[in-house]
Amino acid sequence: MLKVEEKLFQDRYRVDAGHPHISIRDADLCTHRCSERQCTVCCPAGCYTEEGNGKVVLITDGCLECGTCRIICDEHRNVEWEWPRGGFGILFKFG
Amino acid sequence: MAEKFDVIVVGAGMAGNAAAYTLAKGGLNVLQIERGETPGSKNVQGAILYADAIEKIIPDFRDEAPLERHLIEQRVWVLDDSSYIGTHYRSEAFNQEPYNRYTIIRAHFDQWFNKKAREAGALTICETTVSELLLDGKKVIGVRTDRKGGEIYADAVILADGVNSRLAVKAGFHAEIQPRDVALAVKEIHFLPQETIEARFNIGEEEGVVIEMAGKISAGMMGTGFLYTNKESITLGVGCMLSDFKQQKVTPYALLDRMKSHPSIAPLIAGSEMKEYAAHLIPEGGYNAIPQVWGDGWLIAGDAGQFVNGIHREGSNLAMTTGMLAAQTLVELKQAGKPFTAGNLAKYKRKLDDSFVMKDLKKYRRMPDIFHKNKQFFTTYPELLSKAAQTLIRVDGVDKKTKEKSIKQSFVAARSRLGLIGDAFRFWRAVE
Ligand SMILES: Cc1cc2nc3c(=O)[nH]c(=O)nc-3n(C[C@H](O)[C@H](O)[C@H](O)COP(=O)(O)OP(=O)(O)OC[C@H]3O[C@@H](n4cnc5c(N)ncnc54)[C@H](O)[C@@H]3O)c2cc1C
Ligand code: SF4
Ligand code: SF4
Repeated sequence: MLKVEEKLFQDRYRVDAGHPHISIRDADLCTHRCSERQCTVCCPAGCYTEEGNGKVVLITDGCLECGTCRIICDEHRNVEWEWPRGGFGILFKFG
Repeated sequence: MAEKFDVIVVGAGMAGNAAAYTLAKGGLNVLQIERGETPGSKNVQGAILYADAIEKIIPDFRDEAPLERHLIEQRVWVLDDSSYIGTHYRSEAFNQEPYNRYTIIRAHFDQWFNKKAREAGALTICETTVSELLLDGKKVIGVRTDRKGGEIYADAVILADGVNSRLAVKAGFHAEIQPRDVALAVKEIHFLPQETIEARFNIGEEEGVVIEMAGKISAGMMGTGFLYTNKESITLGVGCMLSDFKQQKVTPYALLDRMKSHPSIAPLIAGSEMKEYAAHLIPEGGYNAIPQVWGDGWLIAGDAGQFVNGIHREGSNLAMTTGMLAAQTLVELKQAGKPFTAGNLAKYKRKLDDSFVMKDLKKYRRMPDIFHKNKQFFTTYPELLSKAAQTLIRVDGVDKKTKEKSIKQSFVAARSRLGLIGDAFRFWRAVE
C-alpha cells in the first residue's frame, strides 16, 4: 500500500471548500530557487507535488495539519500557514 | 459588550484540559477554546497514558476514563532489515492494581477529560480557532477568534495549543520551531478481534504490550518506531526528526509501509483492518529548546512549551502536569488578590523547576545533540548487533572463541576502537 491516497481514504475530513488554509507565497521561488523541494517529500499527506515543468503544486484537501511543510521550508519561508477555520479540516476518529 | 473571563485556555488537549479543570476547581471563571469539532478530534498520540500525572488531577480517573489496556509487558527491539534483537520485560507486578500505565485512544480520552473540566465549571467552545492574541503593549488581554465579533477578554491566557503554537510565534514570544527540534510521526490504527490480539501477544483480557523500536526502521534518520495494543486494535507508527526528513528522500508514508512489512512486524497486524492514518509533530528538542513560558498575562503549557521527554516517550504527562501547574499558579495569585503580571507569574517557573518535568528534561539535556551528531546509533549499531546475534546463535561448526573474535572485529571495523569508546562515553555522559 504505497499510495498515500489509499491511507487518506480512511480519514474523515470536513473540507472548507474554497478556503485553503495553507498556500505557497511565491510560486516562482519554488520553481527557480528551491533546489531541494523538500515539501514534496516530507508532507505526510502528499499535498505538495512537483509537476513536470518544475512547478510545485499544493492541494490542501488531504492535509493532516501537522505543520511539517511550514517548518521544513526554513531557507525560503515560502509557506503561508494557518489553521483551518474552527471545525474544518481533519477530524480524527481515534488519533 | 465584550465578555471578560478570569482566564482563557487555548486548546482542549492534555495540557488545556488539565488547566481548565484545575482553574474551574479553583473557583476561577474560565473559558476554553478548541478548534476541533470535539476535544481530541485534532490530536494524535501513541498512546500511552501514565497514571501518575492524571491521578494527581483526577484521583479516581480509573473509574470512568476510557482506558484500553493496562500494560504488563515492555519490549524494546533493535531492528535491521530482516531481524530484531531486543529485550522483553514482563512482570506480574504490573498486573497489580492500581495499574501504572495504560493505552488510550486520544479522540475518546480527550472528550472524557474535557467533560470533567466542564463538570467542574469550565466553559468550553469547540469549532473555534483562536487567530491571535490581543495585546495591550506587552500584556495579553484576550484573544481574537474566527467567530463573528470574536474578541474575548481575560486577565490571563494559557496557551495549551500544542506543538505548532502559532499564537506565541505571532505574538513574538518565541521564534519559529527549528527542524532539528521536532520529529514528524506517522501512525495507523489496525483493528483485529480482541481474542486475536490477546493470542498474538500472549496476554489476557485488559492486559497490554508495548513495543518500542529503533534501528533500520528509521532509514538512517534519528528516529524510533512503536507498536501498542489497544482493546480491539493495534496502533503502530514511526517518527523521525524533521531535519533528517528534510535531507532524506524517503516519504513518511513509505517509511511506515516499510515498517509494516518487516517480517517481525507484519504477522502482528496480519488480517487487520486499517481504519485511520494520522500524522503529528513531537517536540524533541528537550531542555535547551524550551522557550520563555510566561509573561504579562500569559503562560505556556504542554507541547507548546516543548515539554516532552523524548528519551522516555513521555509527553502527555508533562502536558498535564504543566497545565495543572500553570493553572495552580493563577488560582493561588487570584486567591491572594495579586494581578497576573510577569513578575507574579514567574511563580510558574519555580513550580516547573521543582517538578519532575524540569528535573528530567535537565537530566537528558545533552541527548538530542548527541543523537543528531552520532547517526551510528541509528545505522551502524543496529546492524552490528543483529549480525553478532546471528553469529552467536547459528550452530555451524565454528567454535565459540572464533565467533566472539569475529564479532569483536566487525565492531572495530565498522566504528574503530576509539569510536566505540567515544560512543559509550558520550552515551554515559548524556544519561548520568
Ligand atoms: C505519534 C505520537 C505518539 C506519542 N506517544 C506518546 C505516548 O505514548 N505517551 C505520551 O505521554 N506522550 C506521547 N506523545 C506526546 C503527546 O501526544 C503530547 O505531548 C501531548 O498530546 C501534548 O498535549 P498538549 O495538550 O500540549 O497538546 P495537544 O494534545 O496537541 O493539544 C493542543 C490542542 O490545542 C488545540 N489548538 C491548537 N491551536 C489552536 C487555536 N489557535 N485555537 C483553538 N484551538 C487550538 C488543538 O486542536 C488541540 O486540541 C506522542 C505524540 C505523538 C505525535
Ligand atoms: S520547500 Fe518551500 S520553497 Fe521549496 S518548493 Fe517547497 S514550498 Fe517551495
Ligand atoms: S501541514 Fe502537514 S499534512 Fe498539511 S500540507 Fe503541511 S506537511 Fe502536509
